[in-house]
Order: sequence, then structure tokens, then C-alpha cells
Amino acid sequence: MNWGSAAEFFDMGGYGLYVWGSYAAAAFLMVLEPLLAQRRHAQARRDAVSANLDDDLS
Amino acid sequence: MNATSPRLRLFTFAAPPRLYALMGRLVPLCWLVAIGFALAGLYIGFFVAPTDRTQGDAYRIIFIHVPTAWMSMLLYLVMAFWAGIGWAFNARMASVVARSIAPTGAMFTFLALWTGAFWGKPTWGTWWVWDARLTTELILLFLYLGYISLVNAIDDRRRADQAGALLALVGSINVPIIYFSVIWWNTLHQGATISMTAAPKMADTMLTAMLLMTVACWAYAFAVVFTRARAMTLEREAHTDWVGDLVGRTAGGK
Repeated sequence: MNWGSAAEFFDMGGYGLYVWGSYAAAAFLMVLEPLLAQRRHAQARRDAVSANLDDDLS
Repeated sequence: MNATSPRLRLFTFAAPPRLYALMGRLVPLCWLVAIGFALAGLYIGFFVAPTDRTQGDAYRIIFIHVPTAWMSMLLYLVMAFWAGIGWAFNARMASVVARSIAPTGAMFTFLALWTGAFWGKPTWGTWWVWDARLTTELILLFLYLGYISLVNAIDDRRRADQAGALLALVGSINVPIIYFSVIWWNTLHQGATISMTAAPKMADTMLTAMLLMTVACWAYAFAVVFTRARAMTLEREAHTDWVGDLVGRTAGGK
């Protein structure tokens, strides 16, 4: 174990800004990107449903 | 051995319905691997790996920086490969896969540059320097963005795939230049972290954390690329019978 307390952990030996700035950006983008891809898939599915409804009506 | 037997052939998964279904089954598995390996990698990286003697705790950026930088280069080559296959054999799904990789590759390239800047500031004293490694990695980001803009700017899908393939293949020359830039030029950036020919220069726990994070990034890339490829497949094939069956079934109609 490297850290005596939570404060020490967040301070990262004085490099907190740099370490957490890196990981925060990674976490943000690596959550956002899958959500956007998921949303695109759901939208494509809805569009496919309505496209096939149109086919049935015609 | 009759002609109708459903044997797996090389091009079995080139058929959109089969690839769509296969990717759908793989996505949850990929997420399981990605999250599991990321948790293990972060635990070892932050709680087991010791503080570096020269860089202090700033070095812990390595566990995200190196995997994202590796992924940025690897995904570009994979993207160029599938774009090329799509062009050469007129294989629709190969082009779909190539297009699906581009945003994820661009995301990893951005993260490699971002985490590099956040590592450069405390260790080199600057966020950015026009050094060979950094500049070629920035060019890689522009190549990804150029590919995405190009394929989206051309309305004719086949022509867009072909133009994208040409750009991706020509741009792939940049990847070995990035990789060897630290050897060919005198750069501020340090040499390769892992070498095939020399023993690792880092502690075992550091190496373990970095490799676990790399596997996590691989699995993440598979999960997101598959999800995007599935979306793109539905967009392109919305009017086909198999998509009609698919959405009809799940919607409870038909």
C-alpha cells in the first residue's frame, strides 16, 4: 500500500492535477463514446422499425 | 458435405446478418473483459506499484498513456487494413468495420496526446513541444479526422469507402514513423517502453498494470467498434428482408 490516507492518495505526491487530469479525461471520453455508439444503435433500430412499417403499408 | 450444409467458411461472417448477430453476442463479453481488466490494472497501478524514484507519482500516467498510444497506432493499421479489404474485394462489411474503427481510433489518439501533455508538464516542464514523436502522433489524429470527414462528405457510399480506403492506406506510412521516431530523431520523448529485444526496464508490478490496462483498452475498442458497426449495418440495410425480420420479431409484430 502506497498511501497513508485518502488525502495522500488524491495528492499523488504533489502531482494530483496531472495524474487525475489524465485519468479524468480518459474516464470521461471512455464513458461518453460507448453511450453515443449505443444511442446510434438504438436510433438505427427505431429507424429500421419505421422503415419496415412503411414497407408494409405500401 | 452437400452444398447446403451450414459449414463455417472464410466469408461466413461477411454476410451482414451473421456479422450483426455475432457482434451482438460479443459486445457484453468485451465489456466484461474491459471492466475486469481495467479494475485490476488500476488497482495494481495505484495501490501495488511503487512510487518511481525519479518521477515520483507522476509516472502513474503511464498506465493510461502507453495503452492509449498503442491503441491509437494499432487501430489505425486495423482500420486501413479493413478499408483496403473493402476496396479490393468490394466487401461491404469490411468498409463498415473500417468506418466504425475511426472514431475510436481518434478518441485514443486524442487521449494519448492529452495524457502525454499532462505527463510532459511535470516532467519536461511543458505541455507541448514540436518534437518528432508528438508531431507525428498529432498528424495521426488529423489522419483519423480527415478519414471521418472524407467518408462522410461523399454521398455515394461506395465511392466514399474507396476514397476513405485510399486515404487510410496512404496515411498508414505515418504509423511506423511514429513508432520509430524516438530512434530516428533526437527527441525529448523517451524511447520505447517495451522492447522485444531487451529486458523491461521497469518494475514487474508497473509492467503488469500497464499490460492489464492495454488488454482493457483492446476489449473496450472491440465493444465500441462492434456497437457502432451494428448501428451502421442497420442504417445501411434498413430496407432488407433480414432487418425487417429482425425488427419485426423483436417489436412483436409480423
